Amino acid sequence: MLDSPNTAVPTTEAEVIQYLKRHGAKDMLRFLTAGSVDDGKSTLIGRLLYDSKMIYEDQLAAVIEASSIHGTTDTDFDPALLTDGLKAEREQGITIDVAYRYFSTDKRNFIIADTPGHEQYTRNMATGASTCDLAVILVDARHGVLEQTRRHSFIASLLGIRHLAVCINKMDLVDYSQETYERIRHEYEGFAAKLQGVDLHFIPISALRGDNVVDPSEHMPWYQGGSLLYYLETVPVSTDRNLIDMRFPVQYVLRPDLNYRGYCGTIASGVLRTGDEVVALPSGRRTRVASITTYEGDVAEAFPPMAVTVTVEDEVDVSRGDMLTHVNNRPHVAQDFEAIVVWMNEEPLKLNGSYLIKSTTNLVPAAITDLRYRFDINSLHRLEAKTLQVNEIGRVAISAHRAICFDPYTRNRSTGAFIIIDRSTNATVGAGMILDQGKSARETTPATAEPKSTHIRREVSHVSPAERAGLLKQKAATLWLTGLSGSGKSTIAQALERALFDRGQACFILDGDNIRHGLNRDLGFNASDRTENIRRVSEVASLLNDAGLLVITSFISPYRDDRAKAREIVGPERFIEVFVDTPLETCEQRDPKGLYQKARAGEIAQFTGIDAPYEAPEEAEITLSTATTPAAESAARIIAFMERQHLFPAR
Amino acid sequence: MPTFATHNRQWGRSWGGGEMQYVANFSMDPLGAGCYCTGLLTRKCKTMVTYNFSHLQQLEAESIHIIREVAASFDKPVMLYSIGKDSSVMLRLAQKAFHPAPIPFPLMHVDTTFKFKEMIAFREHMMNEVGFDLLVWINQDGVERGMNPFTFGSEEHTRVMKTDGLKQALDHYGFDAAYGGARRDEEKSRAKERIYSFRDRFHQWDPKNQRPELWNLYNNRVHKGESIRVFPLSNWTELDIWLYIMQEEIPIVPLYFAAEREVVERDGNLIMVDDDRLPLKPGETPQRRRVRFRTLGCYPLTGAVESEADTLPKIVQEMLLAKTSERQGRVIDSDKSASMEDKKREGYF
Repeated sequence: MLDSPNTAVPTTEAEVIQYLKRHGAKDMLRFLTAGSVDDGKSTLIGRLLYDSKMIYEDQLAAVIEASSIHGTTDTDFDPALLTDGLKAEREQGITIDVAYRYFSTDKRNFIIADTPGHEQYTRNMATGASTCDLAVILVDARHGVLEQTRRHSFIASLLGIRHLAVCINKMDLVDYSQETYERIRHEYEGFAAKLQGVDLHFIPISALRGDNVVDPSEHMPWYQGGSLLYYLETVPVSTDRNLIDMRFPVQYVLRPDLNYRGYCGTIASGVLRTGDEVVALPSGRRTRVASITTYEGDVAEAFPPMAVTVTVEDEVDVSRGDMLTHVNNRPHVAQDFEAIVVWMNEEPLKLNGSYLIKSTTNLVPAAITDLRYRFDINSLHRLEAKTLQVNEIGRVAISAHRAICFDPYTRNRSTGAFIIIDRSTNATVGAGMILDQGKSARETTPATAEPKSTHIRREVSHVSPAERAGLLKQKAATLWLTGLSGSGKSTIAQALERALFDRGQACFILDGDNIRHGLNRDLGFNASDRTENIRRVSEVASLLNDAGLLVITSFISPYRDDRAKAREIVGPERFIEVFVDTPLETCEQRDPKGLYQKARAGEIAQFTGIDAPYEAPEEAEITLSTATTPAAESAARIIAFMERQHLFPAR
Repeated sequence: MPTFATHNRQWGRSWGGGEMQYVANFSMDPLGAGCYCTGLLTRKCKTMVTYNFSHLQQLEAESIHIIREVAASFDKPVMLYSIGKDSSVMLRLAQKAFHPAPIPFPLMHVDTTFKFKEMIAFREHMMNEVGFDLLVWINQDGVERGMNPFTFGSEEHTRVMKTDGLKQALDHYGFDAAYGGARRDEEKSRAKERIYSFRDRFHQWDPKNQRPELWNLYNNRVHKGESIRVFPLSNWTELDIWLYIMQEEIPIVPLYFAAEREVVERDGNLIMVDDDRLPLKPGETPQRRRVRFRTLGCYPLTGAVESEADTLPKIVQEMLLAKTSERQGRVIDSDKSASMEDKKREGYF
């Protein structure tokens, strides 16, 4: 029955092996069917399972015996019998749930997530949809697009399913009318315009009679789009994967002995290659991929959904829940984000209740701080709501106790999804899809995460930045000097402050040592303390800028990520990165505070340039070479740059 | 266009009788394009680099993800090792998950004392070959009562030695997660069981109150005494298992292959005379027949089938023919499915 070039029956054992190998090498499509028995869903699945699986297995079965099964006559066969499970469940009052079914054709292997379609089973449909690439939406040709059609389509698109196969069923009951088909198709397209990023494919079928299910229908010569099975077999889904944004959530750290440290995980998206420079988030440490190991040996590259083990060149402290990404393509790292949530528990959502969220390999305590609205899942209207009941869907704001790495769900299903777990019952109570956080970095970076208390609101000053600039005759900016210890940062900062002041500009230096004597006296020099040090300085610089001052900071600030965060906190428009580029040897030779000597002697640990890294800026606004240039000249260069930026009038 | 064969593991020559060696060279695309074409998307491959992953590779990756997830997020996991073909696949996946390190949790076999001798020999062989930690649990209460399937009946024997034995072992060691090799395609009630199947402190499964399971985000939270049964092979079909055994050259117990064996015919079943504990009824004489086993369990309770299938392709062949005829012959036996559900609620896998 299946018209395929692969149906030639092999007879030798070698051919059998080839045939079986082909089965293993086929690709896989996971699809969802949602609907009630009335839609003809059971009949459709039964038809697919029966016709295709049987043909396929019969072909296989026939290879040695050569005695093929008699062609099935389906006159006395009700395909719905094969999927009686759900009907029986309902009669017995058992929870109607997702059932997974498996079948193959000689093109593809399929997993069906079979879910009931009534409104009270929204959570089951969401569950089934979460792992699917495609949804089969059934529309009864006699009734057209109903509320439940819209609901199924909405949930499918919400869960990130890109392909909707809209089957207009029971065509036999409307005399295979093309006009009916076109009318329903038009109606559906009208409403589906609201669904984002879905690819629609319409097929007129009769599941009961088998029209356009496995074989093209003889009753509808006006339809040339191929059968449903043909579509399922050929729709390209591997291209749906995100191969751009490399995300490797570390799942398990492998330490068989002291000399080996491997990070196990599944590539969530993108392509990871040996030798790639990667950054470990949220710490921000950089390193390179030394090897990508599998049981079969090392591979040059890995892509989703490969499960691999990665080793890196440097000793970086990476643990479960961290994420390796490429340096120039990073996810959001934040504690606070907004998401669409499907509520799945009889116990309604509690605002500010105690939950855990699991996202990639992270499990963190979190609170749902706000419910923006809930959807009427039939009309898709947004309604005001105080809580979400079971099977309801709404938009929430979430505040996690620790920063997690994520992408918007629409861009990345693997890193944009999370589940919500009740801390006391341990039940999985909700499923969330993270929304695009918008352009404002202030809301998304951990360094600028919203304050822990929800009672804090930002007050907006009645004096505008423009008014302050007018008073002080300058635009506020932060001159961020970075460089090794002894590179000359402080000297330049002093010279610059003097020069600016003498020009009548209001300015102030934030100096590393000074800050560490007061505000940051509680911080040491390990990586996380250094990060916090820079965060606080950035916040202070930002406040001083808000006050209208020109700020000069003088910190080693060795990590690119920290400086990138500083730029975000201060605001990129008023941040000027100045790289004081003095070679290590020169710095060590100068050694104004005798620190290099102590570091070499082992008296100071984690000294930048000696046993802690310095990551030179890649795109500093200004780079100064102090080995050849006196400090005053460097200061003049900076002032010239500021003049060009129109921060204050040129002389 | 690279040929199909270059994108798959090397296939050995022999599929026969339980050959125990590992040949698994993963040959990457020599051009370095990372092309995992399956042979069916050949046209596409000529023009662009694709990152296709076959069905079997996807299943493998998914299972490895699950196995690692459990090892990372539970205090004390254990892998239930039944010595059967599914367990053999699961074992290989565990090796792959932690390579080059050893498997970080023990394997446990609940021994009913009536397993086939070849199963026990195979178990010991694999333990030495792979180098995993093996726990063998025998229900001593049952042993003291002289438990056996002949005088106590198969149901009582299975309940005491297998179900109770398993619960005892889990309680004894305090395991909070146990991997099992069950598949959803085995029977109806499994089709809706989760990959992480929650069990209360009495090891019971409550089909009405399962946790929703979305994406690959598994909920590992349990209170003290509760546990999770984990089924990394949930999405594999029987055919996938056999293909994987073939492709990976995974050793399996030779009993799966047809050979001359000493059996007696009893109630329409062919029971192998594996040792002298099998009481022969009047008129029963052991005879040598060419048989094999489709499943493995306690030898007095496991019927052999007459078969010529002494290679993996022949086994797969035979399996498919049996399934086809079953589907043609009768509707699924609903009583049988229901009783399986009951057993699972009691804590049976």
